[in-house]
Amino acid sequence: MEYGFTTAAYVVAAVLFILSLGGLNNQESAKRAVWYGISGMALAVFATLIGPGAGLWWLSIPLIAGGGFIGYQLASKVEMTQMPELVAGMHALVGLAAVFVGLNAHFEIGNAAQAVAAGPDAVKDLGTFGQLIAKKSGVEISILFVELSLGVWIGAVTFTGSLIAYGKLSGKVSSNAEKLPGGHLLNAGAAGLSLLCLIWYLNTGGFLPLLILTIAALFIGYHLIMGIGGADMPVVVSMLNSYSGWAAAAIGFSLGNDLLIVVGALVGSSGAILSYIMCKAMNRSFVSVILGGFGGTTGPAMEVEGEQIAIEADGVASALEDADSVVIIPGYGMAVAQAQQNVAELTRRLRAKGKTVRFAIHPVAGRLPGHMNVLLAEAKVPYDIVLEMDEINEDFPDTDVAIVIGSNDIVNPAAQEDPNSPIAGMPVLECWKAKQVFVSKRGQGTGYSGIENPLFFKENTRMFYGDAKASLDKLLGMIE
Amino acid sequence: MKIGTPKEVFGGENRVAMTPDSAKQLQKLGYECAIESGAGAGAGFSDATYEAAGVEVVKTAAALWKASDIVAKVRQPDDTELKRLTKDKTLISFFNPAGNEDGMAAAKAKGANVIAMEMVPRISRAQKMDALSSMANIAGYRAVIEAGNNFGRFFTGQITAAGKVPPAKVLVVGAGVAGLAAIGTSTSLGAITLAFDVRPEVAEQVESMGAEFVYLDFEEEQADGAASGGYASVSSPEFREAQLAKFRELAPDVDIVITTALIPNREAPELWTEDMVAAMKPGSVIVDLAAEKGGNCKLTVMDEKIVTENGVTIIGYTDFPSRMAAQSSSLYATNIRHMMTDLTPEKDGQINHDMEDDVIRGATVTFEGDITFPPPPPKVAAIAAKPKEVVPELTPEEKRAAEVAAFKAQTKQQVMLLGGGGALILLLGLVAPASFMQHFIVFALACFVGFQVIWGVAHSLHTPLMAVTNAISSIIILGALMQIGSGSFLVILLAALSVFMAGINIFGGFLVTRRMLAMFQKS
Repeated sequence: MEYGFTTAAYVVAAVLFILSLGGLNNQESAKRAVWYGISGMALAVFATLIGPGAGLWWLSIPLIAGGGFIGYQLASKVEMTQMPELVAGMHALVGLAAVFVGLNAHFEIGNAAQAVAAGPDAVKDLGTFGQLIAKKSGVEISILFVELSLGVWIGAVTFTGSLIAYGKLSGKVSSNAEKLPGGHLLNAGAAGLSLLCLIWYLNTGGFLPLLILTIAALFIGYHLIMGIGGADMPVVVSMLNSYSGWAAAAIGFSLGNDLLIVVGALVGSSGAILSYIMCKAMNRSFVSVILGGFGGTTGPAMEVEGEQIAIEADGVASALEDADSVVIIPGYGMAVAQAQQNVAELTRRLRAKGKTVRFAIHPVAGRLPGHMNVLLAEAKVPYDIVLEMDEINEDFPDTDVAIVIGSNDIVNPAAQEDPNSPIAGMPVLECWKAKQVFVSKRGQGTGYSGIENPLFFKENTRMFYGDAKASLDKLLGMIE
Repeated sequence: MKIGTPKEVFGGENRVAMTPDSAKQLQKLGYECAIESGAGAGAGFSDATYEAAGVEVVKTAAALWKASDIVAKVRQPDDTELKRLTKDKTLISFFNPAGNEDGMAAAKAKGANVIAMEMVPRISRAQKMDALSSMANIAGYRAVIEAGNNFGRFFTGQITAAGKVPPAKVLVVGAGVAGLAAIGTSTSLGAITLAFDVRPEVAEQVESMGAEFVYLDFEEEQADGAASGGYASVSSPEFREAQLAKFRELAPDVDIVITTALIPNREAPELWTEDMVAAMKPGSVIVDLAAEKGGNCKLTVMDEKIVTENGVTIIGYTDFPSRMAAQSSSLYATNIRHMMTDLTPEKDGQINHDMEDDVIRGATVTFEGDITFPPPPPKVAAIAAKPKEVVPELTPEEKRAAEVAAFKAQTKQQVMLLGGGGALILLLGLVAPASFMQHFIVFALACFVGFQVIWGVAHSLHTPLMAVTNAISSIIILGALMQIGSGSFLVILLAALSVFMAGINIFGGFLVTRRMLAMFQKS
């Protein structure tokens, strides 16, 4: 009866999780969907506590409560600009938990084997999981080994990878792409070592190969993510998101728990799709992003003619006064300068004057998929004026003023005009088609990819140098 | 260093090369500014407004020339002014170097550096200091206004209680800067505007201003105007005939003709012949912007307005910019200011006459005792409008064929994926035990559901998606909870840690998702 109840609860929980992800297809249903997720999780934990996880409630319930308290504190204090590092940090927790659970499974296999040898009474003393293992045949145990090593391996890569991603996103680790001497050979070596350990482990079932495998995986996670630069973080974070899911699924296999498998697969595929969308938005293959660096160019880049013409706030203000339609293109620079409130205020004032103000969001703007949308939402910019690239690209020729705030590569016309450019073919926001473009930028440097941006040299472009927040403050003073 | 602007000495010249606004900008570059008393009067700037802008007002021209290191003026300097040049002085003004050898020789003898504003190369970087363009723009505008002044009817067509008024028909010959300005003014006054230019590539610009481009029935490759710095070149006799024939056909119909055709360093081509003037209706107006170079119409008298026997007014003024001195001074002063910005890269009030710079080199006619005119061709060619690549329109059949092919390829790909995946799973089923396969079915279905569901997620909600998937991936807590009850201490410890971490994640993940979603608001 108990087993039946738990399974039933898991089915309901799985449906609730699917609904909670599916509800994210628009902003209104999403507010409901998150409650499906919460109920699903509550139900799953509850069913496990009274079912297979019974016993030691005095330990597990306070731990959940304690963890919950910390999680609550973290989540209620975090700034929206810190979202990327929070998400990365939480992936690390899932990864480490997966490693621990996997290792536990290994120990239990040992315990179970001893108990089986000692006789049926000893088997009864084992926990639920132990009893399950005790019933398994030889082949099933081998498969179990593979499953749990996979879970541990992915979990370990996720753990160190997410820690490094967290460090890079929060500025604690340099966001430049750095590799140890040996580069990807080291990664390949560690991967090969892991494979050898897996075979060794299958044959002996000892702890040592599993330990080496874990350490190799920890190294891969660290070294792989160290080698990826800051602007590729959207791909990295979604990839780690995916990994944390696959780790849960692999653990689910080894524990024979269908809910873990379902949720792991959901999360894994969600992260995989996000990574795919991000890569597509950069016109790069997933492998090339993960292996770091840009692909080789096929020839010299096109010469950029003209000069960057600077403008002061009063010039921008008067152009905005005359404009009817304005499109704002935010990028990571806006997040760094914490300028989203000023952008929102500017939007409110311009809209109050009856001007059309819209936002154009490139899929890889920022350090997290959808990063800009969240920042703008925080600053109370209504979401129906925040548009995706495909929705707004056609409208630029009819736009009077385009304001680029802290983005560079995503508005680089070289992607379309120069077949030799490293970013050739990447979909970009065609803001240069607007009648006038203002670029708010710190200085004259190139973007993350190190590519000169011909947009800054166009005749209808004016450079509005300075910190985005300070610049917008000045501008706001001139617009009533 | 000090920049000074004297009063223009040429009779009737009202422009001034420095305005209070431009002086403020020049001071930002680190220069002191001085102006001769009364220099701005013709353009409506009093000495007091200059003083308020921090400009020193100097009583006499002589004192001003003496005190200034850089002299900025409008008209070509006369002999007296040339005598006031000394070594180390820089003069910035119109200079007409091609027709002013004496002037250049005088400046050379004095050792002064002279920058001729009409010599600024026509490249996009130099547009901001292209005084010819800014003056031509004004001339084009003013030409229409002068024409309207002498034309006895409305520009726009009207139907009034007192009768119907047909719209005026305006022909603009030459669609350069002045021509385009004239077209813009004329269309905005409501006239039917026709425009002609020997460079067919400007048809698009003309049409974008709301005028109709007059095409000739003539097949000949015209030289691309961009090759000659954006100016028209001399056309062949046959082409000229075709052009005149077209004008003859138009002459009786048009009410106002504005001719702006100039070819660099040549007399203006005759485009509007006497018989065309004779064919025009009485009351019609011709404004000849090429009057200075002999006129596009041979009846034009430079600097005068005449009326022909058949009642056609021909205006040959050459001082249109000066007739709008306030506007033209502010534009010209801005051109000068941009030139100074380029001459002062350090913004330290010291001139850095960089002869390696294309723009500065091109405009400099005498430098340190040498005549540097004519300049070598600029390293950067004028920006040419790239010929549009014509993408052939697909016929409906071709489109259909392409669609069918794409569909077939897609089907093939899907079938192959499904077949390959299915075969792999079958192979796995051969070796794997049933208990594994049960879980595997669940896994495969969950992946499938995941892919279907996630594609529907709005792009703007990707961050909440990550937060919520992060929260639900702490479902790993179930595994830890199942293990926590098992005997050994190590297992309990690791399981307890996992429960704790997953607990952080569950609450943190869901809470932060909720916070984010609550922020998304509709307007």
